[in-house]
Amino acid sequence: MKFLLAEPAASQPSRRDFLKCVVVAGAGLTLGVRLPQASAQDGAFLAEDDSFQPNAFVRIGSDNRVTLIMKHLEMGQGSHTGLATLLAEELDAAWEQVITEGAPADTNRYKNLHWNAQGTGGSSAIANSFEQMRTAGATAKAMLVAAAAKTWQVPASEIQVSQGVLSHTASKKSATFGEFAEAAAHQALPIPEELVLKDPKDFIYIGKQRLTRKDTGKTDGSAQFTQDVKLPGMLTAVVAHAPRFGGTVRSVDDSKARAVAGVVDVVQIPSGVAVLAKDFWTAKLGRDALVINWDDSAAFKHSSVDIMENFKALAKQPGAVARNDGDTASAMKNAATVVEGNYEFPYLAHAAMEPMNCVAWVKPDGCEIWNGEQMQTVDQANVAATLGLKPEQVKINMLYAGSSFGRRANPASDYLLEAVHIAKAKTNTPVKLVWTREDDMRAGYYRPAYFHQIRAGLDKNGQPIAWEQRIVGQSLAAGTPFESFMVKDGVDKTSVEGASTLPYKIPHLKVDLHSVKLPVPVLWWRSVGHTHTAFSTETFIDRLAHTAKQDPVAFRLNLLADHPRHHGVLSLVAEKAGWDKPLPKGWARGVAVHESFNSFAAQVAEVSVKDDGRFKVERVVCAIDCGLAINPDVIKAQMEGSVGFALAPVLMSAITFKQGLVAQSNFHDYQVLRIDQMPKVEVHIMPSDAKPTGVGEPGVPPLAPAVANALSAATGQWFDKLPLQLEGSV
Amino acid sequence: MSITLNVNGLDHTVDADPDTPLLWVLRDHIALTGTKFGCGIAQCGACTVHLDGQATRACVTPVHLAVGKQVTTIEGVQSSVAKAIQQAWEELSVPQCGYCQSGQIMSATALLDSNKNPSDADIDAAMSGNICRCATYVRIRAAIKHAAQQLS
Repeated sequence: MKFLLAEPAASQPSRRDFLKCVVVAGAGLTLGVRLPQASAQDGAFLAEDDSFQPNAFVRIGSDNRVTLIMKHLEMGQGSHTGLATLLAEELDAAWEQVITEGAPADTNRYKNLHWNAQGTGGSSAIANSFEQMRTAGATAKAMLVAAAAKTWQVPASEIQVSQGVLSHTASKKSATFGEFAEAAAHQALPIPEELVLKDPKDFIYIGKQRLTRKDTGKTDGSAQFTQDVKLPGMLTAVVAHAPRFGGTVRSVDDSKARAVAGVVDVVQIPSGVAVLAKDFWTAKLGRDALVINWDDSAAFKHSSVDIMENFKALAKQPGAVARNDGDTASAMKNAATVVEGNYEFPYLAHAAMEPMNCVAWVKPDGCEIWNGEQMQTVDQANVAATLGLKPEQVKINMLYAGSSFGRRANPASDYLLEAVHIAKAKTNTPVKLVWTREDDMRAGYYRPAYFHQIRAGLDKNGQPIAWEQRIVGQSLAAGTPFESFMVKDGVDKTSVEGASTLPYKIPHLKVDLHSVKLPVPVLWWRSVGHTHTAFSTETFIDRLAHTAKQDPVAFRLNLLADHPRHHGVLSLVAEKAGWDKPLPKGWARGVAVHESFNSFAAQVAEVSVKDDGRFKVERVVCAIDCGLAINPDVIKAQMEGSVGFALAPVLMSAITFKQGLVAQSNFHDYQVLRIDQMPKVEVHIMPSDAKPTGVGEPGVPPLAPAVANALSAATGQWFDKLPLQLEGSV
Repeated sequence: MSITLNVNGLDHTVDADPDTPLLWVLRDHIALTGTKFGCGIAQCGACTVHLDGQATRACVTPVHLAVGKQVTTIEGVQSSVAKAIQQAWEELSVPQCGYCQSGQIMSATALLDSNKNPSDADIDAAMSGNICRCATYVRIRAAIKHAAQQLS
């Protein structure tokens, strides 16, 4: 979700600006969390329960609990652990005393500093919070120290803080944070210039050990997801949706649905017909008993095959130019060899583990939402507009999300608004909208289908001198509020990213784009444009290396001399994978390197191929350069998970249309990775003191091309379609 | 109709159609929400519970089939095997989003109950019915082996 990225340099406030912001906006910013009516003059912040809350992000109670108010959604990417690490580091808290709590929707306080909005995505949680969370911790620590110095009548400079304990050696005094929480609230906010963040050599948590969290409730069933919300008088809604995008209800006979024992009501909404009951199963029986005559006259009725044929026809014409270095047309004429490749990518569903759902409670003067909330600012505005409310009348509770992969950050707020429309019809009653897996799979907002065409020219020494790439597919931004700044000169950056940013030294390089309008709702999908551009560019570069009769790693390294971080991870992964070492018979290796979201990832995949064409990805070695590694174990976990996530569309996942109907419905026909298909994964983190960048997405792009390149090495076959289809395979 | 179920050692009487899947009786009638809904057709394993100790997909098990049996959910696991599994899950930081992990833990517990020292192939066979979209499989495998070691 790079789309919302403002220019990072300009949007990232300095620490001083941040502190000023805390001070200036102090009253509202800090106390609003607990005491919206109160005001504070000089940073004396006492919450209702006498806990100390020096800023919008941290609350320290007399019970010695340190609560981090989390501005980012936890959807599996480790944002809670990451931000808690930053806070605990500068606060010098004991790891076990830090707990997390979801922040409310409040753009002013909790915005993503890389966006002009509150939300989570684009692998930005750590990158945008790095200074903010550390400053929040350091501020709280300074005030605790000031309180102790005053009480103990000793110089603040002589007080030491370690593991949540304040101590003064000479006077042999010590106390916990909890003991000074109330007194700390009466101290003045520290002067920004005097607040010194730790020297990295003094870090105790950042970059160190695995920080295990026992408070998540994720091993005993107590973690609260939206699916688990239960409110007094709450009804569950299950909705019948049009089978085709753009279909509408012509007429509905709900008599059989209403006859199902326990069905409370049937409500027609813009997206279909909702059946309400006290429990899910009754509502679903009611939904299945609806007899609906759908009006498909204006609905989408194409098939995947037609869509791809249309893309291919478009690719014969020049598109909007995304990058144009030198003169590719002339250079191509001078090439000793010209290589061509075409690539086809299907639609993909996110298929988050928790099917989309939302709890909405509409009252005459406001609305409250419970959701695995990923884009507060947009959702709040959309819900408010739907209900004729002001955004601040929409309260959003951010719960754990049963994964997302981009699905919950939707400019259209699709499932939230569906819940809100139902809840509006049942004003004053809380409503939980529950989608079945089939509802979720067929609701659209897919990673779009794409067609790529690449031509490259090599000189007589095998050096690439020209590269032309044309991309055809739907724009993610078109028709959304983001179009005005995401689309420039007809180019949606998210359609070409990774291709238009090709790092290889090729003097004549052109990338252009056709953005096709289709009624299939589309959305970013973990690593966005890189999901397809990494595959086409990194498999094609292997073809060029093969044509030039050069080793794929050496060929790339030679072209990456001006890109030290690409060069670095590629060298590292080749070394760690033993690139030059022999493999068992029937095995082969492939490599890929790709930058996304300001992180650099390279992977070597090892595959084994049987005589009947069946193959297995045996091992994947990853190298990642994400700047300063905050939580090495979280980074490792994200690389492992990215490999498994990215392998599914290589092997089997695809959404296809037949006359506008989605052919897939559940995990039996939209297959995702299972444990028996999971390769061994080895992760190597590049040591770095550069600013930290994200890891949620960058591990995804290199996997598919690395696997395809390995299979090409094993079989001599080039791959131009995902999922991969091996000749001879059953 | 009135149905009495023994869940985690306690009898619960609920008013539900006997064909209602056990999953929804647990979640909506008894308010045990640790058992998750993922697919509804026994494809993902998020709803895995134990029926008389056997790993069972609650989303396709009509509640009447659970009458007279011991239903154990993630909230009620007590055995040393289950505790070792949960602890291994924490120590190795297995969960990412966490939504599938109740089901993973229930399947892993059933595996170690019947096989104290599972091989990779045994783990694949026992756990391939449990989807994790975060693909925490590397750690699930390691955590099962770690728990097995702790128990031996």
